[in-house]
Amino acid sequence: MSAPNKSYDPVEVEALKPEVIERMRDEALAAFAAAADLDRLQEAKTAHTGGTSPLALANREIGALPPQAKADAGKRVGMARGAVNKALAARQAELEAERDARVLVEEAVDVTLPHDRVPAGARHPLTTLSERIEDIFVAMGYAVAEGPEVEAEWFNFDALNIGPDHPARGEQDTFFVEGADAASDGGSAADSGVVLRTHTSPVQIRSLIDREPPVYVICPGRVYRTDELDATHTPVFHQVELLAVDEGLTMADLKGTLDHMVQELFGGEGMKTRLRPNFFPFTEPSAEMDMVCYVCRGESVGNPDRPCRTCSSEGWIELGGCGMVNPKVLTACGVDPEKYSGFAFGFGIERMLMFRHNVEDMRDMVEGDVRFTRPFGMEI
Amino acid sequence: MRVPLSWLREYVDLPATETGRDVQAKLVSAGLEVETVEQLGAGLKGPLVVGKVLTIEELEGFKKPIRFCTVDVGTANGTGEPQEIVCGARNFAVGDKVVVVLPGAVLPGGFAIAARKTYGKTSHGMICSGDELGMGDSTALGGDGIIVLPPEHEAGTDAVELLELVDEVLDIAVTPDRGYCLSMRGVARETATAYGLPLRDPALLDVPAPNSFGYPVRISDPAGCDRFTARTVTGLRPDARSPLWLLRRLQKAGMRPISLAVDITNYVMLELGQPLHAYDRSRVQGTIGVRRAEQGEKFTTLDGAKRVLDAEDLVITDDRGAIGLAGVMGGANTEIADTVVDAASGEAQGTTDVVIEAAHFDPVAVARTARRHKLSSEAARRFERGVDPQAASAAAQRTVDLLVLLAGGTAEAGVTEVIAPSAPHTITMPADHPDRVAGVAYGRETVVRRLQQVGCDVYGQDSLTVTVPSWRPDLAEINDLAEEVIRLEGYENLPSTLPKPPAGRGLSGRQRLHRRVGRALAGAGYVEAPTYPFVAEQVFDQLGLDADDPNRRVVKLVNPLSDEEPALRTTLLPGLLATLRRNDGRGSHDLALFETGLVFHPAAEGTALASAPPVDRRPTDEELAALDATLPEQPRHVAAVLTGAREQAGWWGKGRPSDWADAVEAARTVAREAGAELIVQQGQYGPWHPGRCAELSVYLESAEAADGSRGDIVPVGHAGELHPRVIKALGLPARTCAMELNLDVLAEAGEGVVRAPRISTFPVATQDVALVVDQDVPAAVVEAYLRDGAGELLEGIRLFDVFTGEQLGEGKKSLAYALRFRAADRTLTVEEASAARDAAVARAAETTGAVLRGA
Repeated sequence: MSAPNKSYDPVEVEALKPEVIERMRDEALAAFAAAADLDRLQEAKTAHTGGTSPLALANREIGALPPQAKADAGKRVGMARGAVNKALAARQAELEAERDARVLVEEAVDVTLPHDRVPAGARHPLTTLSERIEDIFVAMGYAVAEGPEVEAEWFNFDALNIGPDHPARGEQDTFFVEGADAASDGGSAADSGVVLRTHTSPVQIRSLIDREPPVYVICPGRVYRTDELDATHTPVFHQVELLAVDEGLTMADLKGTLDHMVQELFGGEGMKTRLRPNFFPFTEPSAEMDMVCYVCRGESVGNPDRPCRTCSSEGWIELGGCGMVNPKVLTACGVDPEKYSGFAFGFGIERMLMFRHNVEDMRDMVEGDVRFTRPFGMEI
Repeated sequence: MRVPLSWLREYVDLPATETGRDVQAKLVSAGLEVETVEQLGAGLKGPLVVGKVLTIEELEGFKKPIRFCTVDVGTANGTGEPQEIVCGARNFAVGDKVVVVLPGAVLPGGFAIAARKTYGKTSHGMICSGDELGMGDSTALGGDGIIVLPPEHEAGTDAVELLELVDEVLDIAVTPDRGYCLSMRGVARETATAYGLPLRDPALLDVPAPNSFGYPVRISDPAGCDRFTARTVTGLRPDARSPLWLLRRLQKAGMRPISLAVDITNYVMLELGQPLHAYDRSRVQGTIGVRRAEQGEKFTTLDGAKRVLDAEDLVITDDRGAIGLAGVMGGANTEIADTVVDAASGEAQGTTDVVIEAAHFDPVAVARTARRHKLSSEAARRFERGVDPQAASAAAQRTVDLLVLLAGGTAEAGVTEVIAPSAPHTITMPADHPDRVAGVAYGRETVVRRLQQVGCDVYGQDSLTVTVPSWRPDLAEINDLAEEVIRLEGYENLPSTLPKPPAGRGLSGRQRLHRRVGRALAGAGYVEAPTYPFVAEQVFDQLGLDADDPNRRVVKLVNPLSDEEPALRTTLLPGLLATLRRNDGRGSHDLALFETGLVFHPAAEGTALASAPPVDRRPTDEELAALDATLPEQPRHVAAVLTGAREQAGWWGKGRPSDWADAVEAARTVAREAGAELIVQQGQYGPWHPGRCAELSVYLESAEAADGSRGDIVPVGHAGELHPRVIKALGLPARTCAMELNLDVLAEAGEGVVRAPRISTFPVATQDVALVVDQDVPAAVVEAYLRDGAGELLEGIRLFDVFTGEQLGEGKKSLAYALRFRAADRTLTVEEASAARDAAVARAAETTGAVLRGA
């Protein structure tokens, strides 16, 4: 760089003449504009803003000028360089955007390609429906109670006021378990006192025996009856039973609890239950419970223009049995029937799955075909 | 119980406009399960008339015999001329009275009748069978062929009315507590109450007082038989037939007409609910008795079955021995004889004198006998559910009256009644008890009124003394009475309230674990498949279990659905593998299935129960323990099976077949959910490939375990590829893999509360090592020693390659590990990391013989 020269006439420095600087600037701008891609722009950048570019060289000359001329020239060169840099940045951004647009287009894929590398699994709808029902009652403060599937007759029958002569104890319904030593002595096989539980009610008995009232439990589980598998029967099926024992419980409480359940399970307006008198040994009074058909909400009754397949235009769907716990059952469990009363109900999960999800054949729920189960996913 | 509406109207003056559906709704609301309302003769339109067969011409030359008949139908055809009809049936003769449907009529099912040409003749109508008229079993009216009517009916009479073809029948499923509704009388009582109308009680009959000259009866077992009425009717005309009205009522009620005497006893049973038996008096010898059978006593019931009696069976006897199974079925030896017409003289021969039995038997005795001999009869059904003992003499009288009226018999004056004295049942109930059961304020007045409608006598104010009617033996406790009040007030009128349970604790840890395991496996691509627990014992051979394998000890069923599968599963594999095979057979070849469920191991021997605890108190803890000791062990297992591709081939590249490692990984997934550390070791167990079987175990804390020990190592299951022999025996796809774990043990092994790790933010130092070891050294062992040797600077270790090759030498493999080191308080130097690595390698070398590759 030259030393300051106070006598130097700026006009005499060719490179700092205004028109020259303007030309340098214009050349740079033109070069940037002409750069077709980022590589060209890089070359133009080096040529017009690099250390040896005309403007950079001109800038060096400024130091040699007298103070007044130095200011003028500095301002001129500075403005020119500012304009050049701005144009460069703009063009840079423009070309980068162009490049990005092009590359990203090139990288585009078909996002509709399937990706079933590991097909999804699923839980069985009988499991998830049972859990769904459990959750309704757990939210109300009930506990989920479980018990053995191979059960003592005392729990399955006697304690439930199903005496030794009750028809339900006949061979037509119950799977009897051979005694431990039946094989060796060949006899008394049927007298082992052990059966495959025919309902989840023995869990209610166990709950009443194990817990101090108040007892509020929901008992889901597998149960067994000697029915051959067909479109509407299965020897192995699932029940959910509920038991509430407390001071002052009434049939109105039973009705309200059932209403709450069907509202939670089927949602919406007008879901309710209906009780019809019936007989069960373990409840007195006893009732059969129906719920309003959740599809037609009763509007198909007497309305041939709008028939309902779900309820056969009956308006009601049969759910199961219920009633006030028979005081004899409380007594057998050591609960004072003078002080406590209770209600109970039970129904089959298979049946509910059938009408809630339009399952037409019981075998579909039993055979474990993955095509049936997969669509049900994780929850129901 | 099938209830014809026309019959019901005899006892209750129902409004003429009430339909069967209306009555159904009322009865359902009162607690009778009216399952269907059958519309008899729906769509039937006359003319349908009685005809007298005048001529029969047999038409020849057809494949089956055809008759061309002329029939007198009176003036029903408008001309009075004989009606020409072609008929294929043969069970009638000239002069017989038949049912003729004329052109223009419509039979049930929309079958329109018109004159039509057939077999070269024109048939102007049809001679009808019972089936065509929708009449049910018409054996007594001509059997399979056309109906032959009794001769007294005039030709031209309207047969729709004569045969009561148009009616409605309510079919009621009677619950065990409502035995009285197995009678018209009982259903009529409920109907009357439901409509608020008076009941004409058919049991209100004039009955002569018992006397000493009736048929002799001696009751040796008054507990089994507390009432026995015997009446004798003589001089019955053997040729007397049941009149049409009687036949039709029996048919509509679903009973088969048999003979007049039997039909009458059945009719009275349907009407009053009292089972009756008619003995041929000429075949009964001496005094009729009631006693228990002798053990092994032989007896032939009137269905022809020879039976060996039990000492508990209650029998009716005469001087020679048993003549009836009390309340269940009569004997062949005293059966009413079928009427036989003598061909030569035309005279009818048959029973002329009968003894009528109307008795009351112990419900339990009848139920046991019926079940013991697998002999369910209309009588037994009623006695089991409770018969009104007070109706016995009325029923006997009604039977006598009908025998006199319809069979021309003479009632003997002797009336035998043997009655064991008993007091009516009374119950004391607080007047507000029904209110407290229902949660509704009915008030005393309503309670009393409703109980009276049921037939109770009620006295008292705040405490009611209720005497229950003789036909309601089911009313035994105060809740039974509450039910009567509530059902008559209408279950549909109960309000809806919610109880307030105490605060709950949600699901138990085990319950939450079971859900997590299901979700985790489903999340890993497994589909849940609950299977039946029934297995054949041969399956244990197919699974390759040793002869002394504890899983061969099974719980067996006395009455399995299939004799092929009498046992309960001890492993989930048979069911799950069968499901896999079924899916594969249906074209799903890439499968991952799982199940959680109970398996069953027999209780120890000698745990049979001496006697069941009573039910009038809580069992003692000892009694409860004894009950539980009779039960098998029932742990919950989880199992998974795989076949085909674990990862599908696709546009992304190649797929990957499922293999043993996936099965082990499924086990790890379950263990992770349980919070248990799964110990995987090389193992050998029946169903699995001997070289590809992982034995799985966990640490379980035990009282005896030494301080600092992680507890006992307890086996929890196996995982891997199945044995080729098992795959062949069970017909599975090649290379099927499986795992099974005891979920209960796993749940116990859970570590509990997770302690948060300290996270160092200093940089990580990674070091890779490749170790050459003998083929049979398990990778898990090498890793364990590397960890042990590396010390606390080791943050993580990962096996990233396993390599075998000639350059390693025979029987060797190379295991390549990436080690990650990090200190909590400083950046590690290369020297520190290398020293830790060297210590790790040295430890592995000294314990497993590992040699650092490339060293």
